[in-house]
Amino acid sequence: MLISTLAVLLCCLPPLALLGAWAGGRPGLARLVHAGTALVAGGFALLALAALVEGGEAALLLPFGPAWAPLSLALDGLSAWFLLPLGLCGLACGAYGWRHEAVAPARRLAAWPLFLAGMALALLAGDGFTLLLGFEGMSLASWVLVAAGQAPAGSVSAGSVPAGFPAAGPAPAEEEGAARAAAGLYLGFALFGAACLLPAVGLLAGLAGDLSFAALRQAPPQGGVAWVVLALVVLGAGSKAGLVPLHGWLPVAHPVAPAHVSALMSAVMTKVALYVAARLLLDVGGLGQGLGWGVPLLALGAASALFGALRATQEGDIKVLLACSTIENVGLIAMAFGLSALLRAADLGALAALAAAAGLLHVLGHALAKTLLFLVAGEVQHGAGSRRMDRLGGLIHAMPKVALAALAGAAALAALPPLAGFAAEWLLLQALLASWRVGELGVQVLAAAAVALLGMAAALGAVAMLRFWGLTFLGRPRAPRTLGASEAAPLPRAALFLLAGLGAAVGLLPGALLALGGEAVARLSGHAGGVALASAWAVAASPSASAYHPLGLAVLLLVLFVAVVLALRWLSPRASVRGPAWDCGFVAPPPHLPFGDPGTQPSAAGFAQPLLRMLGTSLLAARERATLPPPGDPAPARLDSHWQDPVLPALLPALARWRDALVIRAERLRDLPLRHLLMLAFGTLLALLALLAWVGPGGGAGA
Amino acid sequence: MSFGQIPYDVAHLLGGGMLLSGFVLLYQRRLAAMTGAFAAQGALLALAVAWQGFIQEEPGLFISALVAAAVKAVLIPLALRAFILRLGLQRRVEPGLGIGASLIAGVALVALACLVVLPATAGAAALLREDLAIALSVVLLGLLMMVTRRHAIGQVVGLLSLENGLVLAASGVQGMPLVVEIATAALVLVLAGVAGFFVLLLRERFESLDLSLLHRHRGEGE
Repeated sequence: MLISTLAVLLCCLPPLALLGAWAGGRPGLARLVHAGTALVAGGFALLALAALVEGGEAALLLPFGPAWAPLSLALDGLSAWFLLPLGLCGLACGAYGWRHEAVAPARRLAAWPLFLAGMALALLAGDGFTLLLGFEGMSLASWVLVAAGQAPAGSVSAGSVPAGFPAAGPAPAEEEGAARAAAGLYLGFALFGAACLLPAVGLLAGLAGDLSFAALRQAPPQGGVAWVVLALVVLGAGSKAGLVPLHGWLPVAHPVAPAHVSALMSAVMTKVALYVAARLLLDVGGLGQGLGWGVPLLALGAASALFGALRATQEGDIKVLLACSTIENVGLIAMAFGLSALLRAADLGALAALAAAAGLLHVLGHALAKTLLFLVAGEVQHGAGSRRMDRLGGLIHAMPKVALAALAGAAALAALPPLAGFAAEWLLLQALLASWRVGELGVQVLAAAAVALLGMAAALGAVAMLRFWGLTFLGRPRAPRTLGASEAAPLPRAALFLLAGLGAAVGLLPGALLALGGEAVARLSGHAGGVALASAWAVAASPSASAYHPLGLAVLLLVLFVAVVLALRWLSPRASVRGPAWDCGFVAPPPHLPFGDPGTQPSAAGFAQPLLRMLGTSLLAARERATLPPPGDPAPARLDSHWQDPVLPALLPALARWRDALVIRAERLRDLPLRHLLMLAFGTLLALLALLAWVGPGGGAGA
Repeated sequence: MSFGQIPYDVAHLLGGGMLLSGFVLLYQRRLAAMTGAFAAQGALLALAVAWQGFIQEEPGLFISALVAAAVKAVLIPLALRAFILRLGLQRRVEPGLGIGASLIAGVALVALACLVVLPATAGAAALLREDLAIALSVVLLGLLMMVTRRHAIGQVVGLLSLENGLVLAASGVQGMPLVVEIATAALVLVLAGVAGFFVLLLRERFESLDLSLLHRHRGEGE
């Protein structure tokens, strides 16, 4: 029943895309597209919740599809768990689109429902073929969204900028070129992911030809094939999720799209990639694997967490910052899944369930918070005219409600108790700290290193969120345009508060949620009981370990807060008075800068500099050079500070060389005479037939 | 499948005849004689399909057989012959690969086809297995002919003979849906391709149909 309703909802999305292709320049139709998409997403969320409450359902075979692998939809606990954030975030993004995307180009309006449909199809797939179909559909649709994603004209309007303010954003033409380059990079990584995942699913299925998950689960990969599958899935899904050596596209491509697209890409699309990794490696192929099975995910996840968090502390553009923070959080989830596989291999089922629960909880919490923050970034861009923190500041006066919602999201991502991020990271740390029980020395060393990296990443992530919120919403305006910022419209504001409220609920009721997601935990960890010690009020790692009572903690914090407020009132009974902002001892505001000299406030780069000096020299190739004029020269001294992500610049030239070599070969092929082309086809056919004859009768299932 | 020995033998005989005419096509040096061999292959195909229609009790296959007899055994060879006469190619000798080499290559292809098909269809009836092996051999021989012939007519005949093999395979599989439709559609497709090719050649008024002249004209512009 649930699954057929979901199939009907899924079928509503392609007509909406058709409508969107026709709706360019027609605001009414465009609003209809967004409203329809949001309704479908809301339906997804409700049905996912119903499935979590009622339990999974049998697969539904679709009446179409290739002859060898009928398309099938299935909804088990794991799919439903990942479908829930898709629905909720899609709903909120639809509300944002209703307000801000009514005059979007047709390409974007057509690709938006398809993007949702691709993600939903990947999550609802009951077999490997449908999974890949949805995954690639999602990739293609999001590529269109990135390629068509220039900011609408006027939203980054600079106006006349007085001297002394940082330069305005890039020119529109330059921005268009950047969008095109980002889309190209994105497509390249997406194709790489597809090239890895297709053979991985083929190897999982083997020669039997049955791609349904139930059949694949019966025969997990073994031996050398298993290692190849592991490498291919980690590379393929990791390149889409943004795990570290393959993360280069993410901070480039995510911010280019409009805010609601960035939100869904960052919050949900990366989760779909993680879902693919979890489904293929942990659920389908996880039975009876060795200790090494979880190590790549754990190691890459830890590296991503640290690297993403460090980059997030350095970025000056709020959307790039949020994208880097996504790398961090994807890393945390990958760590949790990898740890779960490792503990399962060591036969520590309850701990494996705990780690899987941590990952799943973070999926939900991060999706909600990241969608919230990206939508906030969109509102800030619309209201205050810039995404660069060096041109923002003091927005809490102009947009108090947006600031409040952003605070909720930033605090959740900064892992402050009692919010969602803290619950997940606490569970992950508990599982990591208990993993010394795996006897192997190597695993123990790995776990210890992972604990250290996790702690560092969490701290850096908190700094990044503090910097984001503080520089954007606190202090004084750094540009006059900021003062003209307007509060968000009621509908997007409602979406922001809905997301904030849901995020708070995830943080306050992790036990109840994990009880609902018991099937998902069991599928990932192979431990039938799920998280045994999750009640509505608390979660605990084991009976002897300490338990986490989020509601109790919240009450305690509330009491403390009220006590502090009362104490302050008691100590200073007079009403508070608002005075002029202190300018750190600099000169009084000059007449041409009535709101104070922006140089008296820390800039985005300045705030981040201590961390850059501490950690950036090795990880981010940071260089500083002080140029002092010789004595007597009145020229100013200069401090040049520069850093860059070392991975992509190292990767791209080599790739470009290979591409050039390949293109030259292919061009030579094009100049062959007709007969030689025929010979090429004939030779290929003969080679394939010879391979078939060599592999033997098992290979000829289709003949 | 409950039929006895006779259906198997006759099907085998007709298929073998097609294979034999495939070999004839492969080494035949004179273009005019090639059309005769192709007509023979078409006639054998029509008989083979009709026989399959008889033993499978599938009346649709008779239509296929009729179409094959009319088009492949009569119309196309006549058209090709008229074309050759018109271009004055009756005495043209076109040496493909050389008789010995092409026969050896053909035998190797038949061996490969048997190696692929026979193990892969281990569970099926003997008639089906042999039929598929022969059909694949005919397809491969047609492909080899397309590769080795230099003259456009030779390549066209190779393509048509390849299609003969496909129709033979489709008609041999019992219970395969839409055989008639597939066979007719393949025929129309091949015919359209061939007709387009010749129209193009005639319109451009080439002195010769030697394909080496075409190398610079593959629709790529200068």
